[in-house]
Amino acid sequence: MSGPPLNWYLILSAVLFALGVAGFLFRKSIITIFMSIELMLNAVNLSFVAFSYQLKQVNGHVFAFFVMVVAAAEAAVGLAIILTVFKNRETLNVDQVNSMKY
Amino acid sequence: MDVILFLVFAIIAVVCAVNVVVQTHPISSAISLIGVMGSLAVLYLLLGAEFLAMAQIIVYAGAVMVLFVFVIMLLNAGSEAKRGRSLAAQLLGFPLLIAFLALASYFIQRFYPGNTPVHFGAFKGGTAQIIGRALFTQYLLPFEVTSILILIAIVGAVVLARKEI
Repeated sequence: MSGPPLNWYLILSAVLFALGVAGFLFRKSIITIFMSIELMLNAVNLSFVAFSYQLKQVNGHVFAFFVMVVAAAEAAVGLAIILTVFKNRETLNVDQVNSMKY
Repeated sequence: MDVILFLVFAIIAVVCAVNVVVQTHPISSAISLIGVMGSLAVLYLLLGAEFLAMAQIIVYAGAVMVLFVFVIMLLNAGSEAKRGRSLAAQLLGFPLLIAFLALASYFIQRFYPGNTPVHFGAFKGGTAQIIGRALFTQYLLPFEVTSILILIAIVGAVVLARKEI
């Protein structure tokens, strides 16, 4: 009984990362953009774990753990920023949050 | 059996990820993202990462997504307005996406010919004991720096979410 090749995991990771990039680029709601970033981080974690399996080492798991911690911290700060932006501007559309653009 | 489990959860993950991108309402995107994270946890288990699978469920699907859903409901975020896309984008977007993904898959197959099949249970290094030992010996300094990072994040979130700003 053979399992799936390791390549399949890497391809799945690439597909998820591409979908995250697409969401980051195409969506206008700041919350959905944030969720796309989480999707990309998850995709990278999957390839870390896959390589860790291939090399039979635990280091990839530790890196994925650190990525998870940083993502949690980033979500807390980012959502606080979103709350502040919404309080000041009454909008979640990134096209209307452009005072640093010009 | 491994192949079937991988295919089932990979398809769930991809469908949910597509749903994250195409749904207009943020709540639908958040629920789909929970689906992605749950199926990724199963894939971690298949790769022998027991501790990471549990941490994925608890930290991501539990804490982070609850935070997202709280903020969405607190801000009463509605659906995004549909925007008209150009004709070229409508016609070419999907075929180009498929072509890009096929090309990426081809290059992964071409340059990383690691055709070793993944068996469930072949790698036993993902238990909490082994990861904890690595964290507290080899990676002790990054671990402590991470705790300072979380402290800064807590203070930053509290400062940003005050009334006065």
